[in-house]
Amino acid sequence: MPSTLFEKIWNAHLIAEGSGGGLLLLDRILLHERTGGVALQSLRQAGHRIANPAHVFATMDHVVDTRPGRRSNAPDAPPNVFIDVTRREARAAGIHLFDVDDDRQGIVHVIGPELGIVLPGLTLVCPDSHTGTQGALGALAWGIGSTEAEHALATQTLRVPRPKTLRVTIDGALQRGVTAKDLALHLIATRGSAGGRGFVAEFAGPGVCGLDLEARMTLCNMATEFSVFAALIAPDERTYSYLRGRSFAPAGPFFERGLTDWRQLRSDPDARFDLEIRLDASEVRPMVTWGTNPQDALPIDSAVPDFPAVAGRLSLPAYRRTLEYMGLEPGRRIEGLPIDGAFIGACTNSRLSDLRRAAAILQGRKVAPGVRAICVPGSTRVKRMAEDEGLASVFERAGFEWRESGCSLCFFAGGESFAPGQRIVSSTNRNFEGRQGPQTRTHLASPETVAASAIAGYIADPRQACD
Amino acid sequence: MPQPFTDLTACAAVLLRDNVDTDAIIPSREIRAVAKTGLAAGLFANWRYLPGEGRTPDPMFILNDPAFRESQILITGENFGCGSSREQAVWALAEYGFRVLIAPSFSPIFYRNCLRNGLLPARLDKEAIGGLAEWVREDPKRHQPLVSLATQRIQTSARSWPFEIAADAREALIEGLSEIEQTLRLREQIAVFQVADRVKRPWAYHISPPASAEGVAIESTLRRPGIDGK
Repeated sequence: MPSTLFEKIWNAHLIAEGSGGGLLLLDRILLHERTGGVALQSLRQAGHRIANPAHVFATMDHVVDTRPGRRSNAPDAPPNVFIDVTRREARAAGIHLFDVDDDRQGIVHVIGPELGIVLPGLTLVCPDSHTGTQGALGALAWGIGSTEAEHALATQTLRVPRPKTLRVTIDGALQRGVTAKDLALHLIATRGSAGGRGFVAEFAGPGVCGLDLEARMTLCNMATEFSVFAALIAPDERTYSYLRGRSFAPAGPFFERGLTDWRQLRSDPDARFDLEIRLDASEVRPMVTWGTNPQDALPIDSAVPDFPAVAGRLSLPAYRRTLEYMGLEPGRRIEGLPIDGAFIGACTNSRLSDLRRAAAILQGRKVAPGVRAICVPGSTRVKRMAEDEGLASVFERAGFEWRESGCSLCFFAGGESFAPGQRIVSSTNRNFEGRQGPQTRTHLASPETVAASAIAGYIADPRQACD
Repeated sequence: MPQPFTDLTACAAVLLRDNVDTDAIIPSREIRAVAKTGLAAGLFANWRYLPGEGRTPDPMFILNDPAFRESQILITGENFGCGSSREQAVWALAEYGFRVLIAPSFSPIFYRNCLRNGLLPARLDKEAIGGLAEWVREDPKRHQPLVSLATQRIQTSARSWPFEIAADAREALIEGLSEIEQTLRLREQIAVFQVADRVKRPWAYHISPPASAEGVAIESTLRRPGIDGK
């Protein structure tokens, strides 16, 4: 019987099946200090051992200091209980640990692919909602809670309700200055943020094959905001050449053996999906959000919608609340809105290719007066590589703060934030109320749009800055 | 170990907003310790307290209304618990005293987190939720819904609605089972599966360098990401 990519991975990992789904074997478990430490600690306190420490990886990303020259690991650094507990528990458990000062440290969904931890055909879980990012390499990767993580650690398995299958076929190619981020926002805006609920989504078609691996990661990252269980892209030659030689990827004959298996990892031509969606990438324009949910996205040259345009999705009180929160009125053009902050970073758009494209716009230009612009590379290695090839100095000369790697101002954890009422254009994935600090107003966009806006001082179309 | 769930008649709070995300349920800055407790005070902090230092209750927020303060049931909107996977959102709700959440839909990770902590996420359609909310608001102290997991119904004095929940989730809630213990009973079956899998997919088990070899392997052959094929 013809099967989908998802079904192939599911079946290869299915130990037992019950009314509520399947008991799946897990190949990799990733942890970060914000949710992983508590799982490790309570597992130990309950007297359970980690079934397979060699398959478990922990990094520090969520609450690490990203200011230049951070000293989180120094004896005089301010104590951080999440980092301390995760470090202690990870060492005691004998799992892989990428500590704050480790060359391999970075945002968990940046280093998973970068270090070759995720591979095609694997199952991978992490107590983090954006874990689906790593499905870009053809793995079944999904986000879990801390208690699920305890179960995963203790048994190397998880009970999973079987999702329905969705294929998003993307025809055409993106226009210049339009990115995977815009494509994802277009999908979410068109179908609603709940459009993928209950589904595992496979992105397919020429519009996906044409994306490099990092762009695929951006697309899969944003699929979380489409409420999918997981996102997947079938591996291809680009995937294999991306993985070859990476730290934790299989080496030598093991890699070759993997290749043989990975080449089978695609949906059969007549495989059936529960739902099919088609999009034309060539129709996508740079997208920017106007509200407090990623589905509130529109092409940059649009105006803030009036209520009838969104009535199917928002109640009138919710619509009013959104506009009040965002400090906007219906009919206001999104392009041209003055900004206070510009942020490039997060598991969505903090990889080397993202920084290169933003730097191409920033080259020889200056951030507008009054705009606080920040760039936070997604991993320590991305940061080093960007420094080696001169990108860091482009950012700095333009007036961007150049940071150490971590999640940073993507969300507000009680440390740094933008100020109340400030309008920020951001390469992150969530524009919820208070996400980047109390009362902050976040507009999601591609790194190009963030860069172009930082220079202009208002939300600006990157296609003009590319010229 | 989650508490077994039995039928519950209790005061219900009405928070009819869609897309209440986990950062609204428990703001990240309220998560100060590596623990599953100590979170109740931070529940809905952005809405429950007025801006500024100290915790001045916002009289407009429902849980600050004496009639709703003791609520164990929360009636809410679409896509409840979306956003970050943080389980602290569920721990905070449970610690505050909530045992049942009623919404048209829940975010998937949040939903599973509820089940693993003895919190019942009951799915009810929007119309029924509207009717239930109206009845509760008439007299919150006396109009307490009955939530029966055994019959899978939510009842008021006049009406009753069936709610949706997966069969195994229902069972787990009723019995308060620890899932780890359940799965560890299958230890042998898992081990047998893994032995066969290791033969089938040797590459999935070939992880180098090994764990605990901190900082030894800085690879030299790393290709630059982003330039493959382009």
